[in-house]
Amino acid sequence: MTDVTPQEAEFIPPAEVAEVELYHPHSWWTKYVFSQDAKVIAIQYASTAMAIGFVALVLSWLMRLKLGFPDTFSFITPDAYYQFMTMHGMIMVIYLLTALFLGGFGNYLIPLMVGARDMVFPYVNMLSYWIYLLAVLVLVGSFFAPGGPTGAGWTLYPPQAITSGTPGGQSWGIILMLISLILFIIGFTMGGLNYVVTVLQGRTRGMTLMRLPLTVWGIFTATVMALLAFPALFVACVMMLFDRLIGSSFFMPAVVDMGTPLDHNGGSPLLWQHLFWFFGHPEVYIVALPAFGIVSDLIATHARKNIFGYRMMVWAIIIIGALSFVVWAHHMYVSGMYPYFGFFFATTTLIIAVPTAIKVYNWVLTLWRGNIHLTLPMLFALAFIVTFVNGGLSGLFLGNVVVDVPLSDTMFVVAHFHMVMGVGPVLVVFGAIYHWYPKITGRMLNETLGRIHFWVTFIGTYLIFFPMHYIGLIGIPRRYPELGDTAFIPPSVYTLNEFITVAALVVGAAQLVFLFNLFWSLRYGKEAGDNPWRATTLEWQTAGTPPPHGNFGKELPVVYRWAYDYSVPGAPEDFIPQNDPRPLTQGGPA
Amino acid sequence: MTAILIFLAAILAIVGWWLSRQRLMSKPWLEAGPVTAFPETEAPDTHPAKIGLGVFIAVVSALFALLIGAYLMRMAYADWQAPPMPRLLWLNTGTLILASFAMQCAVVAAHRGELDNLRLALLTAGLTSIAFLAGQLLAWQDLAAQGYFVTENAAVTFFYLLTAMHGLHVIGGLVALGRTNIRAWQSEGTAGLVLSTELCAAYWHALLVIWLILFAVLMGWASNFIDICHRLLS
Amino acid sequence: MAIALVLVLVVVGSVLFHVLSPWWSTPIASNWSYIDNTLVITFWITGTVFTAVVLFMAYCVYRFRHKEGAKADYAPENRKLESWLTIVTAVGVAALLAPGLVVWSHFITVPKDATEVEVVAQQWQWNFRLPGVDGKLGTSNTRLVSADNPLGINPDDPDNKNNIIVIAADLHLPIGKPVNMVMRSIDVLHDFYVPEFRARMDLVPGMVTHFWFTPTRTGTFEVLCAKLCGVGHAFMRGVVKVDTEQDYQAWLQQQQTFAQMTAAAQKTGALEHPAGSTNEVAAKAN
Repeated sequence: MTDVTPQEAEFIPPAEVAEVELYHPHSWWTKYVFSQDAKVIAIQYASTAMAIGFVALVLSWLMRLKLGFPDTFSFITPDAYYQFMTMHGMIMVIYLLTALFLGGFGNYLIPLMVGARDMVFPYVNMLSYWIYLLAVLVLVGSFFAPGGPTGAGWTLYPPQAITSGTPGGQSWGIILMLISLILFIIGFTMGGLNYVVTVLQGRTRGMTLMRLPLTVWGIFTATVMALLAFPALFVACVMMLFDRLIGSSFFMPAVVDMGTPLDHNGGSPLLWQHLFWFFGHPEVYIVALPAFGIVSDLIATHARKNIFGYRMMVWAIIIIGALSFVVWAHHMYVSGMYPYFGFFFATTTLIIAVPTAIKVYNWVLTLWRGNIHLTLPMLFALAFIVTFVNGGLSGLFLGNVVVDVPLSDTMFVVAHFHMVMGVGPVLVVFGAIYHWYPKITGRMLNETLGRIHFWVTFIGTYLIFFPMHYIGLIGIPRRYPELGDTAFIPPSVYTLNEFITVAALVVGAAQLVFLFNLFWSLRYGKEAGDNPWRATTLEWQTAGTPPPHGNFGKELPVVYRWAYDYSVPGAPEDFIPQNDPRPLTQGGPA
Repeated sequence: MTAILIFLAAILAIVGWWLSRQRLMSKPWLEAGPVTAFPETEAPDTHPAKIGLGVFIAVVSALFALLIGAYLMRMAYADWQAPPMPRLLWLNTGTLILASFAMQCAVVAAHRGELDNLRLALLTAGLTSIAFLAGQLLAWQDLAAQGYFVTENAAVTFFYLLTAMHGLHVIGGLVALGRTNIRAWQSEGTAGLVLSTELCAAYWHALLVIWLILFAVLMGWASNFIDICHRLLS
Repeated sequence: MAIALVLVLVVVGSVLFHVLSPWWSTPIASNWSYIDNTLVITFWITGTVFTAVVLFMAYCVYRFRHKEGAKADYAPENRKLESWLTIVTAVGVAALLAPGLVVWSHFITVPKDATEVEVVAQQWQWNFRLPGVDGKLGTSNTRLVSADNPLGINPDDPDNKNNIIVIAADLHLPIGKPVNMVMRSIDVLHDFYVPEFRARMDLVPGMVTHFWFTPTRTGTFEVLCAKLCGVGHAFMRGVVKVDTEQDYQAWLQQQQTFAQMTAAAQKTGALEHPAGSTNEVAAKAN
């Protein structure tokens, strides 16, 4: 591949996108409620996701109280515990993280970062949000349905998901859960089409793929993966609805449910597991890749340094995305599947560790000889790296087939995935909110409250989840509301459980501080200006803050450079915006 | 899961081909200034709806690839008993081919500006598609009349599920086609109809290909292939 | 600044916790010490990487924190460094994977002299079936499950007559002899998990799964269900006792065969309903 020699910047007429293509709102309703502006839809998505995520947070407190103090909280029955647990998991993974990263950050950042006026199909984009909201309402509805929500665990494994021994199995719980998931997938597909096509087709002039910020790369790749992986969950849900409602036998073998033989015959519970994890594993990266992308941009901006090894970062995202489709059965090592699969899936799983490790190295190497401003977004990015490295490394235990055998379905697994796809991405969400809130609202979030929030969240979550690995190592299974009298469990574990519960409640309280900050700063926050972080990417170069409908005023920006021109030797400032045409970026080691 | 892996390999090939034209090996920090040298790396001029439809067809194909994958895995179990396929399916297949052909004629007519032919072709496509759906319903009735109800055996359930899923996608397409039809009868020329005709045609072709594959799977023609899958996946 | 210190503390704290905390795997009671060894190798490699990455990060944050007038370096990439890191990572990953795969191939190769023991799970209890003197387990079918025949054993199969049936009671195993645990479930997924044995597997209705191990230590071990199987999941406990050969034979003599069980059932009219015990568990769970 030949390198292009730097050219004299010549005048390029601004990209001509007719403004008439945009749907301009005429009333309060179409401006703030049934809005077709991606920025409004993003805020709607994010608010809904955070609201339902808060419900899931409360559920986790209830679970922790039961685990830490089983005698005091004996009124939390196993039924209720399993229902809380299932809803907590499902909400956090799908209705919070997926919706927030793709529907929230995707909607807000993609058009701004690629230099588009809006998503390419604004109407479909709006529908996407309303269907998502409907999915959330159906999910919430299951709490009030007779029999309560399903308690089958977020993996919804059959046969137990639809038999009478599981809460919600023979009542409305599981049906509403499946319907809600189906709705979510339909809604997501509508949004996903927008995100993908906007990146493909809506980029402004000069915005080549290799000039995209890594945030866009992460969200784009995650969306492509989601579009291909969610159909697996869709198919699985439809098939389970058939089994549950009309008594077919896709997943249901001949079973005896509490002494009553059921009519099903010959079905395969493992078929569900294959379909579910064919979706479920890419889902991990659907959450992780946007986090990877965003954290890259946070680090580069706040260390005033270009992201180290940009090309490698892009390739790693693509390779991780592709590989994540051939690792799904590492969730099924002890499921009873054909044992020789273990060799294949252990190998692919550990191979995926290599590009992931490279991403970590490059984040850390970006810090090397940087000019590190320890702002809140930077702090959260650093905390993410610690948490993610920890959780990623414990993944090497679980991915390596034979080491997984004693650890599978123990608290070790719970600790692992909370580190790697719970706390890790959530820390990025916080970092991203502290970073982009000034653009979204025009005001900075309060620094003091933010620092309290950061320290309690980072240290607290580490104290919750690091010791939890060792509970699992002893051999304590997950999904036990109480441990009962078990000889091999030392009494100290009960004390540790109490400690973890207290830590979880403290961390939970810190989230209230964050919530308060979000509302308080809306009114009383410091004025931010257009580009408070002195960042290069296009969303900071808009016509106003918050950006108006259409984002860029009369003319779309033209892009002249990549997204990471920080501290360029010879430049008067330590950043050069992407749409700055001045030809003085060269001088770095070629 | 072989079906979905084959499908993914195809997607990966397309994505790989596209990425290979995007100069992923270039060093963007050395290339400041307007990139006039590599126009193919800029966003294409293609109408976004066309790209959007392409992506949507990929998603729909993934859906059916997964259904077929589930079908092949489920059929490895001992209780599997495929029902006799209604003869009517042959006729339905013919109808759908006709619909797809009519759509292609519509595209040609739209490009040539022949409004009457366009109207005729769009109408034919719509009617044959409705005939296809009616035929599928008759096939269901036929099967049920022979005593093969939905829960009889997973093979029978799959027949209803696959045909229903495909039928729903045809119905979805008919909404778009119906709107195009109405616009064709109201409009004076074909210029404003080219895009929606092309989109409908592409969708119809995709649904036809998906149906042909489903038909082959349901008829059991893929049995040799399925046997290999069993050995790999049982 | 505080963050650099906290990062160092995270590393030091994690390492100290790992070394000093009382929480570690249960003392092993089977031949699968290979698994423990692989686990320890993994701890060493991952622990080193974690320490190195976080300490390096702490150093960077301390050394290159913003100072008035400071300017960051301009370093888009370094192919040589990146290639080296990739290679080192790949080697590390291979060092984890290789022993893992070797042990896995042991794990899935059942020795020829292993005796079969059948585990039959139901909500929420463990039942067992041992072959009789002829060493054969007869056929079974979930459709045959009834109050008199809780395991769904085929009464027409002559191999079944002298099979030994253990309903919701302790399983005994002789020390030092490899056993192949053949497992089925009559209702939902379960997982036969004895932490001290390390080896384990799910029980899947509609199919027969298996795993093998050799008990190496006598004693009483608790069986846990490790696959969420409904409200009684946490209370689904069983007991495996590893005996000396002598004790094992003594226990074996006291057990009833399938033939005896059916005869007794015919005499008394019906065996105690197996769902009875199930309901007790459910009551406790509620």
